Amino acid sequence: MKIIVCIKQVPDTTEIKLDPVTGTMIREGVPSIMNPDDKGGLEMALKLKDEFGAEITVITMGPLKAEAIIREAFAMGADKGVLLSDRKFAGADTLATSNTLAGALRTMDFDIIITGRQAIDGDTAQVGPQIAEHLDLPQITYVEDVKYDGNRKLTVKKATEEGYQILEVETPCVLTVLSSANKARYMSVCGIVEAFDKDIDIWGFEQINVNEKKLGLGGSPTRVAKSFTRGAKSAGQLHEVEPHEAVEIIVNKLKEKFIIR
Amino acid sequence: MDKTIYKDVYVFIEQREGVIQSVSLELLGKAVELAAKSGEKVCALLLGDNIKGLADDCIAYGADKVIVADSPQLKHYMTEPYTQALYQIGVKFEPSIILIGATTIGRDLGPRLSARLSTGLTADCTALEISDEGNLMMTRPAFGGNMMATITCKEHRPQMSTVRPGVMCTAPRNESRKGEIINFLPVFDSSKFRVRLLETVKEERNLVDITEANILVSGGRGVGNSEGFDKLREFAQTIGAEVSSSRALVDAGIVGHNRQVGQTGKTVRPDLYFALGISGAIQHLAGMEESDYIIAINKDKYAPIFQSSDLGIVGDVKKIVPLLTERLKR
Repeated sequence: MKIIVCIKQVPDTTEIKLDPVTGTMIREGVPSIMNPDDKGGLEMALKLKDEFGAEITVITMGPLKAEAIIREAFAMGADKGVLLSDRKFAGADTLATSNTLAGALRTMDFDIIITGRQAIDGDTAQVGPQIAEHLDLPQITYVEDVKYDGNRKLTVKKATEEGYQILEVETPCVLTVLSSANKARYMSVCGIVEAFDKDIDIWGFEQINVNEKKLGLGGSPTRVAKSFTRGAKSAGQLHEVEPHEAVEIIVNKLKEKFIIR
Repeated sequence: MDKTIYKDVYVFIEQREGVIQSVSLELLGKAVELAAKSGEKVCALLLGDNIKGLADDCIAYGADKVIVADSPQLKHYMTEPYTQALYQIGVKFEPSIILIGATTIGRDLGPRLSARLSTGLTADCTALEISDEGNLMMTRPAFGGNMMATITCKEHRPQMSTVRPGVMCTAPRNESRKGEIINFLPVFDSSKFRVRLLETVKEERNLVDITEANILVSGGRGVGNSEGFDKLREFAQTIGAEVSSSRALVDAGIVGHNRQVGQTGKTVRPDLYFALGISGAIQHLAGMEESDYIIAINKDKYAPIFQSSDLGIVGDVKKIVPLLTERLKR
């Protein structure tokens, strides 16, 4: 079985702070990481590999420094890595990104394509389903768990607001995976050593199969018109008091709000 | 492309088992505002099996037209049948705008449909307006809520957006409104229906909707462990509140994801919000800062949560909350 996992290098958004004076984002010193849902997707692929044997290829689109997350994926157990890097890919929105990835995937062999549900820098959850559409493949999103019958059939648990659904699909297909249900394994020591010896394929526009008009900024129907940080709400009263006094302050407020009598 | 032939604001009506989801009514309310600005009509897209009866509800909440696709193939939401039906409607009726709720259904459908229509889609919007040039300005959080970005889709139609539940306001129901109902029969290619639904399971733990609560008692890292969170539950019970949490307790497995407030959880705007042991990361603030009144307790007097709260108490949640519960039980 061949599994391709789409991964993305993202800034760790939980480490981003706002400058209290200017209100702008402080991006310096924010670490770059493998997107958590993508890591969950890689973990799901590795579990299938453990049980059934599989060749796992990770693919990412980004600058050359995105190689770091491919090395990390190698150290976790991925077999091959592809980095899509070309100026023609730059400035892409989700549609152009999905067209770039689909252009590469068209040239590759796979049974399952796994993506993370969404990336923490954009939180759009759009690229996975858009890839599925470009490749005319069935999709299942919000995947928590997958069972494989060893042939072509996958039984998939999909999270919903109310609980979950059990769905069935044959390969080839696209799954978008939740990190919460797929806690990623640590890199192994052997894996880390080997990760630096493995070759990464670096592909540009010439190596993929897609119309150039669909790529990059020119292939992006959406544009950022402006960006801004939200103004902070002004702070209210602050009390630094003993616990029993704190209780009275809160109780009085609850009375004032008619929540208690 | 000739953009002038694309007209009107379309809203995908998400129904589950014949119940219209509240986000769809919120979107109808917003669509009325947008359509008033552009001088267009509001059109509801109602898909399902035996759902014709819901068309009048769509009209009462703001639709001028309702396109009804009623078919057994559309009984449960499944990606491909719904995408086929909406794609055909999109090609035939040429909407200027399509709004979809950013639920697990909308976020599955939106990207698939927009890719098939070869147009843009902006995810999880929190504000929508029409520019003076008549384009849809779609504002959404980015970088984990650290920034807001306004996105446009000027050269492609339809302009598509998924919108966060709980952000837009539902218009009051008006039974006297009149509207047109159009029946549309999609032509399905069932050879593409490659995903089968075996089972839908509702879990008790997931049935509570924190976005509906008037009072929320929300816990964060400062609560400690699950025993600490039990103290919050006890407090919540004494004042008839629901419990919710920041991401820290969800990641720790103490609270289910359905009770998470914030950028990757839910947006809430209760009358009263208790932020207990929550430092107030921007991701969390993004989900609760619209609450009417915010009471925060935190040990760190420099915690950012105090910048957003109306009443702040510097202190230990683990000490104050049990005392508070005891005091209220008296």
